[in-house]
Amino acid sequence: MLEIKNLHASVGDKPILKGIHLTIKTGEVHAIMGPNGSGKSTLGNVLSGREGYTVTEGDVLYEGKNLLALAPEARAAAGIFLGFQYPVEIPGITNNYFMKTALNAVRRARGEKELDAIDFLKLIKEKAKVVEMDPSMLSRSVNEGFSGGEKKRNEILQMGVLEPKLAILDETDSGLDIDALQIVSKGINALRSPGRAFLVITHYQRLLNYVQPDYVHVLSAGRIVKSGGKELAHELEQKGYGWLENAKPATVV
Amino acid sequence: MANELIQELAQQDYKWGFTSDIHEDTIAPGLNEDVIRLISRKKKEPEWLLEWRLKAFHEWLQMKEPTWANIHYPPIDYQGVRYYSAPKPKGPAPKSLDEIDPEVRKTFDKLGISLQEQERLSGIAVDAVLDSVSVATTFKGKLKELGIIFCSFSEAVQEHPDLVKQYLGTVVPQKDNFFAALNSAVFTDGSFCYIPKGVRCPMELSTYFRINAKDTGQFERTLIIAEEGSYVSYLEGCTAPMRDENQLHAAIVELVALDNAQIKYSTIQNWYPGDKNGKGGIYNFVTKRGLCKGVNSKISWTQVETGSSITWKYPSCILKGDNSVGEFYSVALTNHYQQADTGTKMIHVGKNTRSTIISKGISAGHGQNTYRGAVKILASATGARNYSQCDSLLMSDTCGAHTFPAIDVQDPTAQMEHEATTSKISDDQLFYCKQRGISQEDAISMIVNGFCKQVFKELPMEFAVEAQKLLSVSLEGSVG
Repeated sequence: MLEIKNLHASVGDKPILKGIHLTIKTGEVHAIMGPNGSGKSTLGNVLSGREGYTVTEGDVLYEGKNLLALAPEARAAAGIFLGFQYPVEIPGITNNYFMKTALNAVRRARGEKELDAIDFLKLIKEKAKVVEMDPSMLSRSVNEGFSGGEKKRNEILQMGVLEPKLAILDETDSGLDIDALQIVSKGINALRSPGRAFLVITHYQRLLNYVQPDYVHVLSAGRIVKSGGKELAHELEQKGYGWLENAKPATVV
Repeated sequence: MANELIQELAQQDYKWGFTSDIHEDTIAPGLNEDVIRLISRKKKEPEWLLEWRLKAFHEWLQMKEPTWANIHYPPIDYQGVRYYSAPKPKGPAPKSLDEIDPEVRKTFDKLGISLQEQERLSGIAVDAVLDSVSVATTFKGKLKELGIIFCSFSEAVQEHPDLVKQYLGTVVPQKDNFFAALNSAVFTDGSFCYIPKGVRCPMELSTYFRINAKDTGQFERTLIIAEEGSYVSYLEGCTAPMRDENQLHAAIVELVALDNAQIKYSTIQNWYPGDKNGKGGIYNFVTKRGLCKGVNSKISWTQVETGSSITWKYPSCILKGDNSVGEFYSVALTNHYQQADTGTKMIHVGKNTRSTIISKGISAGHGQNTYRGAVKILASATGARNYSQCDSLLMSDTCGAHTFPAIDVQDPTAQMEHEATTSKISDDQLFYCKQRGISQEDAISMIVNGFCKQVFKELPMEFAVEAQKLLSVSLEGSVG
């Protein structure tokens, strides 16, 4: 589904990603771990097409096509979802309206019929239950005045509504207490399916207790320095990232 | 990113730009006593009104054009303006819509205002002003049953001279300001509305103004009187055809609310704003003022200003009656080289009077947007309260937002609150929307509409939809 080949990317003149190789197949859950500044978020941003990042080398193929040539909204329509580390507030626009606009934009781009207000309301109420979100939150402005945990739950709700093929979750667990972490994890697990892949970017192993990854990759200084199964996360938790700091780039997974 | 958007915006043409071919009954440009006498004669006005006009004219001659506003334009040649034009009557005045000049009808159709449809579907009575003379008035019968008078100003002068005489100029005196004096001298038509005691007007009253004749200044005059315990919601909406010449517009709106009466006045202003280089466009110098004359009376101004190259407009309230309420909700958008200096005055005279000001300014391109407000609490206004909020949204590096709030409190019991913010649409917000599949244009439109929500929710339903569309269109790129 996703093939990242020798990806190099810079912010301004500063190289951040220095040769990422990663292949993700449908149905798989990959976790990317690594210390601060290793390029985890940059990877998510480059894949979703955020401005300000320049790809200097390498290719990214998504369903066999050149992903990097697509505009961010086209990537979204093609099924790529980014769960934001810092979800953005949009004053005056209700969650409901925002998600309906997004869903219908995506459906339109895919040549599907748009949902009317009634069908959409039915859908979103159902999805909100999964992340235990009070329906009153749906008529509040997007993320405005939401707590950290509410914002992250809102991200998972949006993912549930948009039903992406590839979900990139950027530190979705950061700033969550245990309860919120469980709810968010439940939301993610509910969406796991053979037709959907996840790239879970995280700092800590604790999210991976709830969302069991198929593969764990350790990112350091812009390269994947080690890949393994879920046990790698536990090993990291015990030994710390220092353990891998001098490791050589891993070979292609 | 924002720059790209502005580039696209710059390509956008004014969608309502067309001229219609209607026979005009026009007089030569210039202004003197003879012109005023001619206007008055053409309109078969009583002697007192001619005298009233001439008095205004002489005041005007003594006055100087104001220069305090934050707007810049070449000097206006008032002798180069044509002060009267009317569609030529073909036989007697039309009695129904069917008798109206087909060209006029077509013009309205192009604007999406089919009078028949309006009449049949929406329950709105439309007093359509094409240039200076009202050509169609609908729903009169229904309103008549309730004793409501809704007609052109000229008709009111003929049919209800006592009411006109009693209230004309009582809120905006002839010499109130330069443009008001000019209007008082040369106004040609407008709307008149009278709601009798205790009557709640069952429909939104609506007037569509349209500037149509070349070089014709527009000098409408609107007078709305709400008797004790009555209620009326009035809609004013405008579009204008594409022009190269600047067109002068100086309107006056006077509102009078008596005891326990309520007037809600909503405007969508979308006159030709000039092209992307700032050429052409309407000069809009408007004096709008409401008098809360009676106790517990309320006047609400809601405006969405997206058009005109220059806007000079301060819909205000004089809160004379005890416990009276004044409100001002405004969205002003300036794009390309548009300039808007707009805001309100709330003059608190009576006890326990309250006022609310919500102003949203959006600047794009090289647009300059100024909020100018004055809140005055007189010594007599014990217990007065005001809340003001002025928010500005900047959409380019070349636009400007300016805020001049003036507060004058002469009573120690007054409570005043003032909030102001200035923000830009952030790249983070845009990316967030785009990542969810929403295009840049739709994202901008959505964010801007969110910014304006507090004002839009004050508009009557169908107007709110129109306003949202208008903002999107005014900001959209080459699409469409």
